[in-house]
Amino acid sequence: MTTLAYRLSDSRVMLRRNLKHQLRYPSMTVMLIGLPIVLLLLFVYVFGGQLGAGLGPHLGRHAYLDYVVPGLLLITVASVVQGTSIMVAMDMTGGIIDRFRTMAIARASVLIGHVLGSLIQTLAAMAILIGVAFGLGFHSSAGPLEWLAAIGILALFAFALIWLAVALGLAAKSVETASNTPMILLLLLFLSSGFVSTATMPTGLRQFAEYQPFTPVADTVRGLFSGGAIGGHAIAAIAWSVGIAVLAYIWAVRLYNTRRAAEQN
Amino acid sequence: MTSVSAATGIVARDVCKSFGEHVVLDKVSLAVEEGTILALLGPNGAGKTTMVRILSTLIPADSGSMRIAGHDVVTDPDGVRAIIGVTGQFSAVDNLLTGAENLQLMADLRHLGREAGRRRVAELLEQFDLTDAAHKLLSTYSGGMRRRLDLAMTLVDQPRVIFLDEPTTGLDPRSRRTMWEIIRELAAAGVTILLTTQNLDEADHLAHQIAVLDRGRIVAEGTPAELKSRIPGGHVRFHFADLHEFHSAADLLPAAGPDQDQLVLQVPADDSVDSLRELLDQLHRARIPVERLSIHTPDLDDVFFAVTGSHVSAQPDQDPTPQGAER
Repeated sequence: MTTLAYRLSDSRVMLRRNLKHQLRYPSMTVMLIGLPIVLLLLFVYVFGGQLGAGLGPHLGRHAYLDYVVPGLLLITVASVVQGTSIMVAMDMTGGIIDRFRTMAIARASVLIGHVLGSLIQTLAAMAILIGVAFGLGFHSSAGPLEWLAAIGILALFAFALIWLAVALGLAAKSVETASNTPMILLLLLFLSSGFVSTATMPTGLRQFAEYQPFTPVADTVRGLFSGGAIGGHAIAAIAWSVGIAVLAYIWAVRLYNTRRAAEQN
Repeated sequence: MTSVSAATGIVARDVCKSFGEHVVLDKVSLAVEEGTILALLGPNGAGKTTMVRILSTLIPADSGSMRIAGHDVVTDPDGVRAIIGVTGQFSAVDNLLTGAENLQLMADLRHLGREAGRRRVAELLEQFDLTDAAHKLLSTYSGGMRRRLDLAMTLVDQPRVIFLDEPTTGLDPRSRRTMWEIIRELAAAGVTILLTTQNLDEADHLAHQIAVLDRGRIVAEGTPAELKSRIPGGHVRFHFADLHEFHSAADLLPAAGPDQDQLVLQVPADDSVDSLRELLDQLHRARIPVERLSIHTPDLDDVFFAVTGSHVSAQPDQDPTPQGAER
């Protein structure tokens, strides 16, 4: 086998390990996938009536369901990457990472395994959420092309946040820290157009909301689902995703190469 | 594997390492011939773990040269990684996998191929007495089983050089014996082994060569026999019930160090049955009853006292490698 083949093989082995972890740690997997579904029900049935009325005259719960699905898809992303961060921190604080480092394996394969595993988990979780949303009466006028584009945008954004979560997991001194820091992403999501239109926010907050990454992604996906215009949102969404992915990747690799596993006792 | 030359085993010369101001290794040199066991003996904080971490390519040395089976640790770390196996102080196993899956993971990462990998996994499970637990999650494993699995994972690709960092710390005596047996068998099969230990007895049982590390310096080295010849023998402590018996015994055994307050006599003796019987016969003939006795065999502290003139250096509990110190 060539070096490249070895590298691919190492990453595949690590991916398999990661997927096995997800199955072996079902409480976490279920929690990460279940949270967005619980929130979907909460937003639609508890808040939906009133929030929907705010979308326009004669609109209600049903219109809000259509409006909020992109926001909940982003909750799914933020939820899964929390698991990524925890899993990476668990690896780094355990002894196994030192074993990997003393073996002649592609160094990045450990991280790549986490990233691909989490990406698969995100896509699966989003598929489940969309299934539930359709069950509740979600309506989309998107054709196959729009669906593909929406999935692409979400996957790219998820990829970026997963790398960020990997870096956060590497930077964390303990698994507890690693489980807390990604919460920031959830907060950012609530300060975006994920759940309500930014037009309804006070000025300062609105400006913040309009210039942070979650808003263009939510707007693009919403536009694709509803057949509406996506305008410059898609470009902003892609730019944010690529930017975050590149910076987080550089940060993660640097942390991974310099930081040795914390001594555990 | 057939070429045996000077380029085998482990050779380290003048290895230095500091974490900030703290000098952890100060010009440490050692050599391990192929197929032999070197025990790096020292107390907590002596620098043993740091030495292993440097030799196994985990952290860089500040200076010094190191070759593992002919591969330079600094310029050819991947060459080193391909032929070494490392079992660290903390169990390097994947807790969310089963024993068999852990071994299979190693086989896959060593690119053994599907069939060869599966065979090797089965072989190791058998050899390390883990076949029954092969498909159980590690959370059900005992400490001894985890340690055995840990070592088995190290051996998947039959490394030529193995580093064992305190391989028996925390094991019960039986598991410790099992581990010793495995380590001896490996060396007999031609594997070069560097192990660290705080336990003189362990070094004595396993090692062909012992290097004593204290505060980052090698303070003594040699075969176990050579080292032991420098250590004063052990002694027997006799406890007496009253002052009269104590004095009679003190008169009888002039070599004894008396401790009148505690009614204890400390008599130099090795731990052989003959010398003990001789002492007891003497006391018996003189009709001096002994309340109880204890036998003291030389330990790490005696080694240190013999080679440095001071007792084991009082250091913090951990090797002085602060977290992320080299960041």
